[in-house]
Amino acid sequence: MTRPSVAVLDYGIGNLRSAEKALQHVGADAVLTADADRILAADAVVLPGVGAFGPCADALAASGLDDVARRVIDAGAPFLGICVGMQLLYESSEESPGARGLGVLHGAVRRLPGGVKHPQMQWNRLEVHRAGPLFDGLGDQPWMYFVHSFAAAASGDVVATCDYGGAVTAAAQRGNVVAVQFHPEKSGMAGLRLLGNFVHMASTGSVS
Amino acid sequence: MNVARVIPCLDVDAGRVVKGVNFVDLRDAGDPVELAARYDVEGADELVFLDITASSDARDTILDVVRRTAEEVFIPFTVGGGVRSVADARRLLREGADKVGVNTAAVDRPELISEIADEFGAQCVVVAIDARARVSSDGSDARARVSSDGSDARGRVSSDGSDARARVSGGAANGWEVFTHGGRTPTGRDVIEWAVRAEELGAGEILLTSMDRDGTREGFDLDLTSSVAAACGVPVIASGGVGDLHHLVDGVVRGHADAVLAASIFHFGEHTVAEAKAAMLAAGVDVRPVESRFS
Repeated sequence: MTRPSVAVLDYGIGNLRSAEKALQHVGADAVLTADADRILAADAVVLPGVGAFGPCADALAASGLDDVARRVIDAGAPFLGICVGMQLLYESSEESPGARGLGVLHGAVRRLPGGVKHPQMQWNRLEVHRAGPLFDGLGDQPWMYFVHSFAAAASGDVVATCDYGGAVTAAAQRGNVVAVQFHPEKSGMAGLRLLGNFVHMASTGSVS
Repeated sequence: MNVARVIPCLDVDAGRVVKGVNFVDLRDAGDPVELAARYDVEGADELVFLDITASSDARDTILDVVRRTAEEVFIPFTVGGGVRSVADARRLLREGADKVGVNTAAVDRPELISEIADEFGAQCVVVAIDARARVSSDGSDARARVSSDGSDARGRVSSDGSDARARVSGGAANGWEVFTHGGRTPTGRDVIEWAVRAEELGAGEILLTSMDRDGTREGFDLDLTSSVAAACGVPVIASGGVGDLHHLVDGVVRGHADAVLAASIFHFGEHTVAEAKAAMLAAGVDVRPVESRFS
């Protein structure tokens, strides 16, 4: 069986290599790329992100990959947003008023609750509310590594939360679009398992 | 929910682990990548590589270590030692490091912290502080110093509602001084003030090492740790002095550290990371349990 191809969107920010390396590790033919044809031809696409919402949204728009991402999503290919890459799927963020996300997922990204340190920089236990192929084999409470000060507001798309000064959105899914606030590429075996599940979704084209 | 992290630290010189390592079943105990992979399997939450390479010809060896680690180890890792510029940070991050540690260069030129944070995000800037308790023989008093220019520390209300100045007076009578160049050079700076300033400049974390305790196996300097933890809103990693597993528990419970770092107790095979976590769980400290294998 050929390895499923996964395009990791390269829009010129920070260290995006770790997602590519972890996807390769779990059997994907993963490549960090800004080439639209290559992205549109991939079995699945990953949108990573690190830093602040506004600069990432600007960089995504400047690269032209925002439109490419929308086309991939409209075409129904499995699409995974990670950390700020998840946040970019929403409409906006309190972190960067005025900056526009892709708006594929509804609602806004908000600051983490008060009374706890910002950022949340730690491993945390997920509460998986809606099991699906992404969490296959991970149980109800897998541990994942988080680094963030903002997270998506609660909505019907949320499939997992963690407890950090209250329930915080950890993962969401809407159709072929899945999004995780944590870093699966830095979450040890559990994270690799989740990425492996995503690659499996890529190979079957099935997201539910 | 706050979950404490357990972080083994590897000293690397010219691409080799230098502190003796006593894992009989490692193919090459001097290979930092193999040791890092071992700690990952044992349940380490993060790793820190401290590059102590002195020879300039061998300086790029750390990049090879970082590149190979990033291909095999899928937990966060920090690389510190010799990071003097944004370009140095960029090289390490590009090869796959998640965070860079800055110490002497940041004390010399504090803007380095904001330069790296602006370019790559605060989450990847770890400011390492080597601290030594002030002795009273010089006649100075840290409490007086802090309150005399209290605009900095005083009035900064920490997350638990106390203020930094109160914590300083509750800690060591004379406070602590920042040392650089591997703990050899006194700087005259107050540790609490520097930690607060580093956070303002964009530090994502503070790696706090007690030079008084380092190597003693007497446990963390808990006054120092709790004072910095109270003054800072960013996570504090306690370091220096761990001799047994209870010290790790104390670092979190009494020192209020967010993470605990140790080297020799893990390297010499005295304790595994899994044992450390079991001890912390038994003491009521929330940690990520060691993963079971997924099949």
